[in-house]
Amino acid sequence: MYSEKVMDHFSNPRNMGEIENPSGVGTVGNAKCGDIMRMYLDIDENNVIRDCKFKTFGCGAAVATSSMATELVKGKTIEEALKVTNKAVTEALDGLPPVKVHCSLLAAEAIHAALWDYAEKNGIVIEGLEKPKADIHEDEAGEEY
Amino acid sequence: MEHKIYLDNAATTKTAREAVEAMLPFFEECFGNPSSIYSLGAKSKRAVMDAREVIAKSIDATPQEIYFTAGGSESDNWALVATAEAYADKGKHIITSKIEHHAILHTCEYLQKRGFSITYVDVDEDGVIKLDDLKRAIRPDTILISVMAANNEIGTIQPIKEIGEIAKEHKILFHTDAVQAYGHIPLSVKECHIDMLSSSGHKINGPKGIGFLYIRQGVKIRSFIHGGAQERARRAGTENVPGIVGFGAAAGRAFASMEERMEKEIELRDYLIERIAAEIPHCKLNGHRENRLPNNVNFSFEFIEGESLLIMLDMKGICASSGSACTSGSLDPSHVLLAIGLPHEKAHGSLRLTLSEENTKEEMDYVVECVKEIVAKLRSMSPLYEDFCKKNK
Repeated sequence: MYSEKVMDHFSNPRNMGEIENPSGVGTVGNAKCGDIMRMYLDIDENNVIRDCKFKTFGCGAAVATSSMATELVKGKTIEEALKVTNKAVTEALDGLPPVKVHCSLLAAEAIHAALWDYAEKNGIVIEGLEKPKADIHEDEAGEEY
Repeated sequence: MEHKIYLDNAATTKTAREAVEAMLPFFEECFGNPSSIYSLGAKSKRAVMDAREVIAKSIDATPQEIYFTAGGSESDNWALVATAEAYADKGKHIITSKIEHHAILHTCEYLQKRGFSITYVDVDEDGVIKLDDLKRAIRPDTILISVMAANNEIGTIQPIKEIGEIAKEHKILFHTDAVQAYGHIPLSVKECHIDMLSSSGHKINGPKGIGFLYIRQGVKIRSFIHGGAQERARRAGTENVPGIVGFGAAAGRAFASMEERMEKEIELRDYLIERIAAEIPHCKLNGHRENRLPNNVNFSFEFIEGESLLIMLDMKGICASSGSACTSGSLDPSHVLLAIGLPHEKAHGSLRLTLSEENTKEEMDYVVECVKEIVAKLRSMSPLYEDFCKKNK
């Protein structure tokens, strides 16, 4: 059911792990739905994403979209990274089964969440970046498991 | 690796050689219609009768009480819908459990939309139906109790004899979905006061697309398919002769070997359960420790998600199943795991391994090593595990 690219990124995920003292970190999704993605960004003084790492709790597509998202934003400027849409992630993986498209949305959202964290930490405004919605910490406060 | 380790026998089983060989003549040589008068048809008729007898005997019933269907789901649909229709004048209340198969639950939803009221009785943390709750749920207008004999996900065996006695005492019909139990553990419709029982061929090394509904003599429910006189005119349509013959052969085989098979499966099952429980941290066995199907193992592993686990097991040549949402195509994990009180995130990380007599201890050792390695790998990737470790530093 998955493309070869998805299987490749699932079995050999790129950039999996943590970054010590990251410039920004964002977590989206929730355990209730079975998907949580966390993105770590290391951003240099020229606003270029020097490094990006992820951790994901979720299905094969969730892992593969996280892995692909890190590849697509690594080395890019913040402005360029913002243009990495869920569609771009899906296309780079040669497509996803329809029920798994939400994983690509989550991956793009995780990058945005990490950028939001970076902006907040540094007291800056990133044009075109909206406050991420599916942050797990907000969900936890409002939801009873 | 070439060799596949098949541990999904609750999903379906390999068709037994005996069943295949019994079926083959009924495609080309003895293809006659059992309803035909000439000898070619009579051969088919005889074969269907023989299979019916074997199956009737296996559950302590008479051949006239066995109605062949296209499988477990059809039998469940028939039992519920036809009982509801036949007894609607007496009452419109049905009692079932929260952990039934969707063939029961979705049929109940269908009936609910048509004016019936359904009580879904709770189960305890082992997945055993709460008998006191069941008794309390009984109303003057209750017409049917339907509780599965054993659960397909967590393997818990239900106290169906006690349920049968309760139903009898209150003059309520009792149906049991025995799709997972039939041929795996002994079942007597008489001893358990069962009025209707559903079963399926492919769960006991028979072919797919064949099952039966046992309807106790005297239970008046309507025909399921209208047409010819087949199945005492209650389920019309030319019989699936090869399917019935294959089912009969599989049932004969299953009941002849039941005792030794149970013993072997229980030994393998317990070995697997004990090794996983001892060697993998943060896991929990789902289902009752003793009162469970001889071939069922179901664990939840914290901080990981089931589909990822299944894909990685598949890469190692292991076929298994999970109650995670991603494997069901919905956002919610298994209703059974939620009903036994697992929080969503733990239900997502479940793994079901259902064995057969063909499995070996060596295979179980290999499976434990693979599960250990994969669970550790997935945990190293999991933000939930990261949070857990930081919290417990």
